Amino acid sequence: MKAIAGAVAVCASLLAVSIVLARSQNADKPAAGAAPRYDPAIYAELQKAPEKARKRANPLQNDPDAVAAGAILFQQHCAECHGDSAQGSRKAPSLRVPEVQNATPGTLFWLITNGVVRKGMPVWSKLPEAQRWQLVRYIQSLGAAPPAAESAASKP
Amino acid sequence: MPSFRWLVLLGLFGVSLLSICSPSPSFAQENPYFVAYDHYLEEPGNLEIEYFSTFGTQRNGNNFHAFWGEFEYGATAWWTTEFYLDGQTTFHDSTVFTGFRWENRFRILKHEHLINPVLYVEYENKNGADKILKEVEGHDVESDFLVSNAEARKEHVHEVELKLILSSTFKGWNFTENTLAAKNLSNSPWEFGYALGASRPLALKASPKRCTLCPQNFVAGVEIYGGLGDRHSFGLHDTSHYLAPALAWNLPSGWTLRISPGFGLNDNSHRFLMRWGVSREITGFGSMVSRFFRGHK
Repeated sequence: MKAIAGAVAVCASLLAVSIVLARSQNADKPAAGAAPRYDPAIYAELQKAPEKARKRANPLQNDPDAVAAGAILFQQHCAECHGDSAQGSRKAPSLRVPEVQNATPGTLFWLITNGVVRKGMPVWSKLPEAQRWQLVRYIQSLGAAPPAAESAASKP
Repeated sequence: MPSFRWLVLLGLFGVSLLSICSPSPSFAQENPYFVAYDHYLEEPGNLEIEYFSTFGTQRNGNNFHAFWGEFEYGATAWWTTEFYLDGQTTFHDSTVFTGFRWENRFRILKHEHLINPVLYVEYENKNGADKILKEVEGHDVESDFLVSNAEARKEHVHEVELKLILSSTFKGWNFTENTLAAKNLSNSPWEFGYALGASRPLALKASPKRCTLCPQNFVAGVEIYGGLGDRHSFGLHDTSHYLAPALAWNLPSGWTLRISPGFGLNDNSHRFLMRWGVSREITGFGSMVSRFFRGHK
């Protein structure tokens, strides 16, 4: 009986913790369905890439399959937070902004590898290097698009 | 007190409901390990529901089938919390609920390094009939499982387990080393154990087409684990050790299947263990719960 009561207590605690964390993580974000804010400060992490990492060239830059493979990887691992077309969501920022699109492939590879752990983006080094480069190739093939907030506001 | 059968049914119902209601199952990129841990935590807000089985042979006794369910939640990008429910069937004996565990893993460093440390803290509330062999610690040996379920379940164990996980990823390979220290809270000495693992996807580049049987969806590996004695007699002797090849198949639907035959490396070990498991990752579980309580659509 004690084990059952303990299990129920742990379940209740986990549920409470998940609610509190979900609320705190979403507290400064727009409500569901609303467009994400464009805040250049979000992209400051890109500036932290070491010089050596920035200079790395994408070995799959000329691979004809890299974009298609990267698109599938993006849908599988990234779209949940960054949105289906990488224009951002309430969970994560747009990748269709000049800060990302004009970054060197090496910088994006470094960010995907290391994540931004303290701000909620996990490390993605569990994807093999080739797949991370395929992702970089796909993201940079998308090109810049108006920030989602503006594009949403311009809709009738 | 609800019977074990009802608990199992309730658990299966919950798993099925969550899996069916999941708005967006996520493609998981899971390693094949059953015992060892690498340094990758659950993505924040995601819930992974897992079921695992271990079939074990028993010399001078009855073979057994132990099983457990795991609910793994990414609280943050640096903290994963996990809840287990365990049970087992000993053939020609009975089926019993053996307890629960609550584990937490904390990523220490912000960035990726050559070696990435993760701290693991677990509380276990189980009885002596526990046979899931999620780890080997102290002087755990095969003959410990000869006791009948009726007798074994009378023993209650409250245990704290600490692990230091050191994991590296190099050229598609993952290498991990786990050191374990466990303390039964009822005045027993600290016990120690280890687990080592290596794994690699069968292909490093992703296919440009969606596929189920592509080699990049399979991760093959091997793990070796065993006990290291206790505070009074530390070492590899008088305990059990296993070697287990393992394979994970990450399906595009979000399910992961794992299988691992294990082989005892000395006379103190079960000769053969067959483990298998199925898991599914549900994205946005934290947000779903939050919306449920706040009433947002």
